[in-house]
Amino acid sequence: MNISKPPLRHEYLNTREIRGSLVILEGVQNAAYDEIVTINGKTGRVIEISGDKVIILVFDGTQAFTLADTRTRFTGQLMKMPLSVEMLGRTFNGAGLPMDSMGALPTNEWREINGTVINPVQRVYPRFPVQTGFSAIDGMATLVRGQKLPIFSADGLPHNELAARLAVNAQTVVFAAMGVSVDTMQFFQEAFDENNARSRAVLFINLASDPPAERLITPRLALTAAEYLAFTHGHDVLVILTDMTAYVEALREISSARGEIPGRKGYPGYLYSELASLYERAGCIKGKGGSVTQIPILTMPGDDITHPIADLTGYSTEGQIVLDRQLHRQHIFPPVAVLPSLSRLMKDGIGEGKTHAVHADTANRLFAAYAKVADARALLSIIGEEDMTEEDQKILQFGERFETELIHHTAGEVRTFAQTIEVGLALLAGL
Amino acid sequence: MATGSIWGINGAVIHVLPEKNTGEFFISERVCIGEKQLAGEVVSLRRGASGEMAVVQVYESTSGLRPNEKVYGTGQPLSICLAPVWVGHIFDGIGRQLDKVQNGSVPGEKKWAVRLLVKEGDYVPEGGIFAEVTETQAITYRAMLPPYISGKIRAVAKNGMYTIDENLIEIEGAGAFPLKQDYPVRTSRPVRERLPLIQPLITGQRVIDSLFPIAKGGVAAMPGGFGTGKTMTQHQLTKWCDADLIVYIGCGERGNEMAQVLEEFAQLTDPRTGASMLARTILIANTSDMPVAAREASIYTGLAVAEGYCSMGYHVAVMADSTSRWAEALREISGRLQEMPAEEGYPAYLASRLAAFYQRAGYFENRNGTRGSITIIGAVSPQGADFSEPVTVNTKRFVRCFWALDRRLAYGRHFPAINWNDSYSDYVSAVLPANVIENRRRILEILTEEGRILEIAKLVGTQDLPQAQQEILHVAKIIRETFLQQNAYNAADAYTPFAKQVEMLDALSSLIAKGGAL
Ligand SMILES: Nc1ncnc2c1ncn2[C@@H]1O[C@H](COP(=O)(O)OP(=O)(O)OP(=O)(O)O)[C@@H](O)[C@H]1O
Ligand SMILES: [Mg+2]
Repeated sequence: MNISKPPLRHEYLNTREIRGSLVILEGVQNAAYDEIVTINGKTGRVIEISGDKVIILVFDGTQAFTLADTRTRFTGQLMKMPLSVEMLGRTFNGAGLPMDSMGALPTNEWREINGTVINPVQRVYPRFPVQTGFSAIDGMATLVRGQKLPIFSADGLPHNELAARLAVNAQTVVFAAMGVSVDTMQFFQEAFDENNARSRAVLFINLASDPPAERLITPRLALTAAEYLAFTHGHDVLVILTDMTAYVEALREISSARGEIPGRKGYPGYLYSELASLYERAGCIKGKGGSVTQIPILTMPGDDITHPIADLTGYSTEGQIVLDRQLHRQHIFPPVAVLPSLSRLMKDGIGEGKTHAVHADTANRLFAAYAKVADARALLSIIGEEDMTEEDQKILQFGERFETELIHHTAGEVRTFAQTIEVGLALLAGL
Repeated sequence: MATGSIWGINGAVIHVLPEKNTGEFFISERVCIGEKQLAGEVVSLRRGASGEMAVVQVYESTSGLRPNEKVYGTGQPLSICLAPVWVGHIFDGIGRQLDKVQNGSVPGEKKWAVRLLVKEGDYVPEGGIFAEVTETQAITYRAMLPPYISGKIRAVAKNGMYTIDENLIEIEGAGAFPLKQDYPVRTSRPVRERLPLIQPLITGQRVIDSLFPIAKGGVAAMPGGFGTGKTMTQHQLTKWCDADLIVYIGCGERGNEMAQVLEEFAQLTDPRTGASMLARTILIANTSDMPVAAREASIYTGLAVAEGYCSMGYHVAVMADSTSRWAEALREISGRLQEMPAEEGYPAYLASRLAAFYQRAGYFENRNGTRGSITIIGAVSPQGADFSEPVTVNTKRFVRCFWALDRRLAYGRHFPAINWNDSYSDYVSAVLPANVIENRRRILEILTEEGRILEIAKLVGTQDLPQAQQEILHVAKIIRETFLQQNAYNAADAYTPFAKQVEMLDALSSLIAKGGAL
């Protein structure tokens, strides 16, 4: 969408203040809200207008800017990006510029990166399962095509390993890294290369050393690319967003620079809406092939699931896969804590013809049995195994086997839905 | 009408400089903004350094808006248009239809088969019903006079086909009236009298109806962390409760949940009427990716529609999922207005807004003599599942029924995850029969006892507990698994008629007596 009035080709010099990523200009006529500006050759966006005063958020940092010589030009455009199927196989930075040596994307198709509100009437409720190959997910919290299912992780847990395995198995992947280290970036690049998945993937990479403000656009670029591949070209696209925690930290930084009144723990009051505006861009649309499935990854500060980042993500996504430090210490991979994990769309995505005829029943029985394991273990540490009832002892054994045989996968081991259910039934038979 | 031009833009809030010699903007006035004619509402008026200023919240994206674009007042407060178009359909936060009938006629042009219920010379009371239209298989729309208008009929149309705008009757000294009626969303509809709440709203959910019941016209809040079952429970109530009509407000929640209701309800049959479940459901959707100002308005839009149908003589249940998102929308707008925050950034008027919201529930004798009720059931999404946060705390002050959803129960897949220790209902004695109250008491006692014993068992195991305590654990387990847990996914279990619940309670009660537990 072009903004109706043509831009003035005028360069503004009257900068009043430069603070963090924010630049405040005075004497501006005719700026539009959300308009993109170029400022000393960098890109920024209008985030507030009061009379002739305009606040601009500069995405790629304000280093070396001076009050006297900061030149701002209004483009008359909202933020857009070029799109083409030739994005597949390419790597872009967090602002959407090519990081590889293949040059600009040849295309005439440009779209706004904020997406449009999806009328719920146009949505198709997601009903088809995705086989990830991991029993803890496929069996107990099945991922459904078009779902948004985050991974709740923490520092030192193998969320990247898990994400890489999920990514290389997908038909089409859009990968957005926000505030990641160079190691992490290389890890993912190698994972894609080793599995010959590079040509099926589009990468957007904002490194920890890149400006925080750029992080706010990285996921939007990724989602716009995903929507294009899914709804224009019919791909089933898996979007991996990592690390949402870095995204939210950047948001908080900018909010506090603007002097906004914070909500809980210093995070902006609109954090929920902000996260939801990303997460809602998953799904299936009537009359269009393709789908956008999202796996956002977040590291919970202090392993705390009630921390606003995890909490507000849980409130806006369709379940969560929670990783557990205890299981990780026991070398269980993937260390999925089954009880707090949940796929809300599972019920309609499983069963005869989709996964397995007895999937729902088996999963329910496994849950019920595994839910008793924690109590039995607590008891074990107090009264010892001999004094426990036979039933409690069986529960203990079940717990061990559930973790080592069902949750755990040896390197490269992939199970089909049928194999997962078989393992589950075998464990239940031991009760 | 007032006219002005944009001075400042900050997210969903814009500042408008009124032009001289046009009318005055007023609070709550619906305005039309810029070249794209965005919808907005005046939320405050101030006189400051830069002169007089109107502050407007905008119900659509403000991207691309520029200073100096024109803003026009409409002279009307933010309103809904009551007409036989609501039931079975889905609307956005300010009442614009989302499922526009494709290739069909616009509602304004469509003709309805109207039956006139009055004749020339009749006297019609305030808000009196004068005509009706079959809106769906389950709901008859009743055309009413506005709540403060009454009088003698001078002329009346014949039964036939009319649009919602065509006048049907003329009242002496008060003018002519059509099928439709505009009504402001932020003003509650006047009634003749509030009646005592003595009838239960039967939901078919055992833990609710038998242990923590809600009355028709009552107010309940359902707080719970993410994934504890607020939406599922509200969907269950929407399907099964014995109200005539449900207004379901998806306030800042997921688009897929609305899509699910639309798909699922269209296929379900309402056992009471034989009609589709959608034939008694109105959906208001401000999904979490929709503009935040319209989230604030969605609650009022829903209530105004509910009050409209209530004054036609219906029992309406309003589901609001989630009131926390509405409170957050208030907080966001308040922040952009630079108001002084109270707790956790929420504005100081959070409590009074919540109070005003829940106060619109009740069992009423309407001004036209019909009776109807509005039951409000609000989901609350406490940050960090912490029930001491401002929205939960303030909600608790104004509701009389509290269904506390518990994350531990949800993790253990005990659904509905309504915690029996933390929940309560003030309606027990008003709506439950005496024998049920007695059985309820016994059951709650056993459950409390169980909690106590389990604490001990954690330390010593159940092996060595005395026989009597083992007995209690056994009975409590039966109560939890057969009565409290109710699987929404199992067609046979999803709904239990109240009579059946009474039998189950009797059976459990005699089991308790037999065990000599009490
Ligand atoms: N009565 C029930 N029977 C069976 N399963 C249930 C029931 N209630 C809840 N669940 C399970 O719990 C999951 C989460 O429920 P729901 O979506 O209603 O949570 P919520 O409280 O609305 O969460 P949020 O605040 O994130 O919206 C469901 O997907 C379902 O698996
Ligand atoms: Mg919900």
